[in-house]
Amino acid sequence: MPRTFTPKVVTANALLEGDAVWLTEDNTWTRDMAKAELLTDEAHADLRLLEASARQDEIAGPYLADAKPTENGPAPTHFREDFRTRGPSNYPHGKQAEV
Amino acid sequence: MYSYNDFDAAFVAERNKQFRAQVQRRIDGSLTEDEFKPLRLMNGLYLQLHAYMLRVAIPYGTLNAAQMDQLAFIADKFDKGYGHFTTRQNIQYNWPKLTEVPDILDALAEVEMHALQTSGNTIRNVTADHFAGAAADEIADPRPIAELLRQWSTDHPEFQFLPRKFKIAVTGSPNDRAVTRAHDIGLRMVRNDAGENGFEVIVGGGLGRTPMVGKVIRDFLPVADLLAYVEAIVSVYNLLGRRDNKYKARIKITVHENGLETIRDMVESRFEQIKPGFTGFDQDLLAQIEHAFAPPAFKTAGTEGYEAARLANPAFRSWTDTNLTAHKNDDYAIVSVSIKKHGNTPGDATSDQMRALAQIARDYGHDELRISHEQNVILPHVHKSDLPAIYAALRAADLATANIGLVSDIIACPGMDYCALATARSIPVAQQIATRFDELKVEHDVGPLKIKISGCINACGHHHVGHIGILGLDRAGVENYQITLGGDGTEDTHIGERAGPGFAYDEIVPAIERLVLGYLDLRTDPEETFIQTFRRLGAEPFKAILYPEKEAQNAA
Repeated sequence: MPRTFTPKVVTANALLEGDAVWLTEDNTWTRDMAKAELLTDEAHADLRLLEASARQDEIAGPYLADAKPTENGPAPTHFREDFRTRGPSNYPHGKQAEV
Repeated sequence: MYSYNDFDAAFVAERNKQFRAQVQRRIDGSLTEDEFKPLRLMNGLYLQLHAYMLRVAIPYGTLNAAQMDQLAFIADKFDKGYGHFTTRQNIQYNWPKLTEVPDILDALAEVEMHALQTSGNTIRNVTADHFAGAAADEIADPRPIAELLRQWSTDHPEFQFLPRKFKIAVTGSPNDRAVTRAHDIGLRMVRNDAGENGFEVIVGGGLGRTPMVGKVIRDFLPVADLLAYVEAIVSVYNLLGRRDNKYKARIKITVHENGLETIRDMVESRFEQIKPGFTGFDQDLLAQIEHAFAPPAFKTAGTEGYEAARLANPAFRSWTDTNLTAHKNDDYAIVSVSIKKHGNTPGDATSDQMRALAQIARDYGHDELRISHEQNVILPHVHKSDLPAIYAALRAADLATANIGLVSDIIACPGMDYCALATARSIPVAQQIATRFDELKVEHDVGPLKIKISGCINACGHHHVGHIGILGLDRAGVENYQITLGGDGTEDTHIGERAGPGFAYDEIVPAIERLVLGYLDLRTDPEETFIQTFRRLGAEPFKAILYPEKEAQNAA
């Protein structure tokens, strides 16, 4: 049986600020993961990562991260990706401060 | 303190200029991230979970007040008003923007600081005993050697592409406060029967995924031969070290796989080969450097005021009991300023605190500060009569916590709150342990105890050499914490042994509480420290405390 594909999002760090960004359906980078494009097809996900990797003057280190659909949009499944949507736990810095 | 000569200043300025151009080419798209990454790492710039991170070297942990003031200025202007002191005597800024990093490097150069070789597969910032030049037990100040090594290793053409990073630590005291046995090369100053100073050379130590205690490759190396011998070691490693597997690339694996004897033979042979090239210029340079590290002009004054203040103020007395170390001048003391206030992030100082420390160093400390690998700040030369005033100034800056060497004086790496390599968080675990023991009001009763926390197997938090080590892992998508027991980072270096199954995030602090309170019942008397009790009894009674359910099953 083929391995089931878990949904993904394309994520990276913004080139200038270095913070987490996610790729949207209309090819922009968002700082709100819920606005990212949820990729449910493996071939399409690989293609989107390739396209994102070409945008070297906007981001660094793109990769596919596991995500799950929610009412509000894609959400992280792993705690590391969850931290990336918020910021550190010892200070109210990073994305949690911008909300 | 060493001051840059024209060569140093011109070199750093040139490197900063190069990096500014590299950053520009990265931003305009001429360089890809793959091309830029090795260039930024050579200049201490990482890309972490939430932002870039700049790691600034504080060579052998020594800095003056003007430098500390500049670190505060950088924290305010380019970061979020604080900096993080690390276990390698560096300071890390967690929020710089790529466009501003060249300006930060120029600001550092203004006070003779840099971020060179704080990353990458090169010889890293050389670390030293944080009490160097002050400790009562010291044979000689190890910092001139550390500075010599810094100059020799900076941009050394043979050693810019080593198989892996390379860390050197040096101490001038028999009591090892620099964890020399956990470094690629450890240098311990010793005195031979003829009364000459030399070094015991230790090689192949390291923590990380394969922790190893360093082995003695030369039991007495004359100071004059040091640079050639160290160069011989790194040279042999450069040829022999594995480049096929990142996890087997450190010199500890090279020594382990080839055997100490083989490595020693190769090093000695290489040493004989290159030694004639060291015609004395290194010794001339060392003599100049030693001159720069001449001790300050110690003042002569009575210490009655200090004794009186101790009697009058119990809080001051408690602070002097924990935070002072014997100085080689009887009228002086070494002050360890705790950067571990209960509940705060270990090693984080605000810009206001940095400025306060700089001012105290200027007013009372012969303009000297140190950063310890235990993430505290040291005032190495303080006359005892000035201690009450220093304590008052530290209190005003919220820096007077009396907990050096106690449960809450925890080493913690940044962990998954910042680090891209981390597998779990460390900082909140440290914060919660410190807060909990402060609530219990038992840490002075518990006495000396070193807890060290790493947020991944790379062991930046030195967990292997903690009396209690905590290693944060990712177990099936959940944070999980393994405890190691009985580690020791002193001259009797020991790697701690794993206690058993890991604990969940919400179980780890109660487990540590159980363990530490359980020790109080095991010790023979209040004088027997945690590590002494562990050595007397072994791990079993501690495991029984950690895993009561298993103990109950065994009894049934």
